[in-house]
Amino acid sequence: MREAAAVFRKPVMLYSIGKDSGVMLHLAMKAFYPGKPPFSLLHVDTTWKFREMIAHRDAIAARYGMKLIVHINADGVARGIGPVASGAALHTQVMKTEALRQALDAHGFDAALGGARRDEEKSRAKERIFSFRNAHHGWEPREQRPELWSLFNTCLHEGESMRVFPLSNWTEFDVWDYIAAEDVPVVPLYFAAKRPVVRRSGTWIMVDDDRLPLEPGEVPELRSVRFRTLGCYPLSGAIESHATTLDEIIAEMRAARTSERQARLIDGEGGASMEAKKREGYF
Amino acid sequence: MARDLLRFLTCGSVDDGKSTLIGRILLDCGVVPDDQLAALERDSRRFGTTGDALDVALLLDGLDAERQQGITIDVAYRYFSSANRAFIVADTPGHAQFTRNMATGASNCELAVILVDARKGVLAQTRRHSFICALMGIRHVAVAINKMDLVAFDQAVFDRISAEYQKFAAALGFQSVTLLPVAARDGDNVVHRSTRAAWYQGPTLLEYLDHVDVRQDAATRPFRFPVQYVLHPDPDFRGLSGTIASGAVAVGDGIVVAASGKATTVKRIVTFDGDLLQAEAGQAVTLVLADEVDIIRGDLLAPPRDRPEVADQFAAHVVWMSDQPMLPGRSYLLMCGTRLVPARVTLLKHRIDINDLSERSARTLELNDIGVCNIATDQPLVFDAYAANHCTGAFILIDRTTHATAGAGMIDFGLRRANNIHPQSHSIGKAERAAALGQKPQILWFTGLSGSGKSTIADLVEKDLHRRGIHSVLLDGDNMRSGLNRDLGFSDADRVENIRRVGEVARLMLDAGLVVICCFISPFAAEREMVRDLVPAGEFTEIFVDTALEECIRRDPKGLYAKALTGKIPNFTGIGSPYEVPVQPDLRIAGAMEVAVAVDAVVAWVMARQG
Repeated sequence: MREAAAVFRKPVMLYSIGKDSGVMLHLAMKAFYPGKPPFSLLHVDTTWKFREMIAHRDAIAARYGMKLIVHINADGVARGIGPVASGAALHTQVMKTEALRQALDAHGFDAALGGARRDEEKSRAKERIFSFRNAHHGWEPREQRPELWSLFNTCLHEGESMRVFPLSNWTEFDVWDYIAAEDVPVVPLYFAAKRPVVRRSGTWIMVDDDRLPLEPGEVPELRSVRFRTLGCYPLSGAIESHATTLDEIIAEMRAARTSERQARLIDGEGGASMEAKKREGYF
Repeated sequence: MARDLLRFLTCGSVDDGKSTLIGRILLDCGVVPDDQLAALERDSRRFGTTGDALDVALLLDGLDAERQQGITIDVAYRYFSSANRAFIVADTPGHAQFTRNMATGASNCELAVILVDARKGVLAQTRRHSFICALMGIRHVAVAINKMDLVAFDQAVFDRISAEYQKFAAALGFQSVTLLPVAARDGDNVVHRSTRAAWYQGPTLLEYLDHVDVRQDAATRPFRFPVQYVLHPDPDFRGLSGTIASGAVAVGDGIVVAASGKATTVKRIVTFDGDLLQAEAGQAVTLVLADEVDIIRGDLLAPPRDRPEVADQFAAHVVWMSDQPMLPGRSYLLMCGTRLVPARVTLLKHRIDINDLSERSARTLELNDIGVCNIATDQPLVFDAYAANHCTGAFILIDRTTHATAGAGMIDFGLRRANNIHPQSHSIGKAERAAALGQKPQILWFTGLSGSGKSTIADLVEKDLHRRGIHSVLLDGDNMRSGLNRDLGFSDADRVENIRRVGEVARLMLDAGLVVICCFISPFAAEREMVRDLVPAGEFTEIFVDTALEECIRRDPKGLYAKALTGKIPNFTGIGSPYEVPVQPDLRIAGAMEVAVAVDAVVAWVMARQG
């Protein structure tokens, strides 16, 4: 992170409100202590995030005293794009990938720090820590710069940019262990509570507001659930759980037999769908 | 979090089963979640190469292209842990043209697991990979002799391959070499002990990885702190942030800035969780010094009694990683620690043939070549030998035009020659000479294809300037190549050296106060930029004579294109050798422009700068 702050003209930290972003921000506060991190936070808001996430985001920015930029793809909103109406793929493309490109271009950011980890998904396992993007924000897996030792080639031409992943070598366990050790604030949705949910595609979807159309016969029921990963609420599946403390979460995870992104409905189509999204500029 | 972390890489030839081995470890360690296991069963049927059985390699081969081709094409990182240790695995490709990825993976690892197919034994690729591991400073190697099931777990096969490998590896100087008979597909001796090789008494691969001692003495080596970031949030606080590369530091310790030799002491070691009294290798800290010393990112702090070398020339091993060959004389950006400086390979001593480790003469390094070079940096560099310290002895070379990471290097030792050349300070300099001539010196650099009209225009420009009383000199291929550069041909390496020498001559002429008119095809952007960087900003004008190749061929004033097109002149620019078009020349002369108009434009440019 210090490397990014030292070498780039205008870096920004992508803050997605999730636990990884929380850890990354916490590390940034430590890295630049007693100063403040010399960059803003950027949240690409799809307008379909959980309400608790938005509240957490604003509270965190205020607590850490960081400048927060919120970007919404106005064009997408005008076109009525949403996860329910348009399907997960188009929604992600327009409200996340395109929105991110718009925000980076509009502010002229030449580097964006993100909380992605290599253990999340197969094509992310090959991601660089400093990941080069062409002038169209595209990722070319065959053209990646080799990363030797701790020497990061950060040279850019005008218009090109870099995605930086300081948590590349962290695992999901590392993240939770760190949250517990450093008391990093996280969204309450990670902890179990009684929430109104419906059963869909083998997982529990929370009815966070009245925009979620109920299928015939669906009646929201209150169940004790929590989330391992957070995104747009109609696309984020909950697991049934009674883990209400960090220790219980970590214990539950050690016993779990499923991966974290399993509950992400956007990853489903074909094993390499993440790679296709990344080539277009997704994180 | 305090659990021990071991980073290792796996390497071997195509189809030795690297991905299968790691997939097997992940599966048998129980870190593959149920949903991924279900996906694996689905994928095994679709892409698998093992019939109906689980193809555990599919857990690792992530990218679409390699799934379809059935090979691994990039470094993939995997994470798992035992009760004892956490592991980071770099899965690196065995395919010959992707060897650079292996060097990349090896650079951050303490140990290598090298796969050998029991049916094939030690191959050229096995030797190649072992050598790269040794070169990159890996001290411990486990050789997994795989597919033992296909040789009926025959001890004789294992013993023969073991002996062959030991014999070869003796020259590489590994600290430890451990050989294991495994069958990754079925899991024998990977995590679980094989029931089919009762003669084998050694550890399983996981037992070995769990207990092997790879401790480096990083903390007992001399203190090295590359300054990554100068933290200056308010007028009262000025700290130097970075990660301690080696050794330890305590409050009150004396330190020097290695490059300048300025000395001071450590006043505070600041972290978010409170000040520390001491810190050691691997810790990210912010140091506050007792005195206001001039320090910037790229500087290195060291103890006064145990300083790194400071030199602008050194010898190094270089692994070449770019499709564009390494050309001695070309300017690259060299990154060492947090320092970035322009640098050139001044001498390519030899290339190393990795099959028999013999020295071969070479003029360039191609992709995946390993060479021994002398390198010169534009400013003195602070470093240690790679063998003594990986953090301060490793560097990368970056292509100045494409920004690709073109090479990786390991410093062997500094060269003292630079220390004996002390610049004499002269009384009369460029300004005085130029004043005596009553003009402002500058370089006019004409670039373009052969037959584009460079010489014609330059000749008329000089005539016009001469009439106006401007003192000039004209350098071109004819007067340079017939004398000073008589020893150079037209290979890419010689073209680079040709322009380097022309640049140096042009600079001396500039110092004489002259307007220096240079006419050279100068096909490579990197060398044109190198000459520009030799002189003060504003004194170099790049003039691109932009005449289309077809038109140059039609004109063919010297009959050269006719010869080149029939193959009589190899490496002719535009035919057998590339011309890199200037992206932003200072002046561009379109091919269709009247010669008189072009001359007027250049003369007007020169006169406007005479003031």
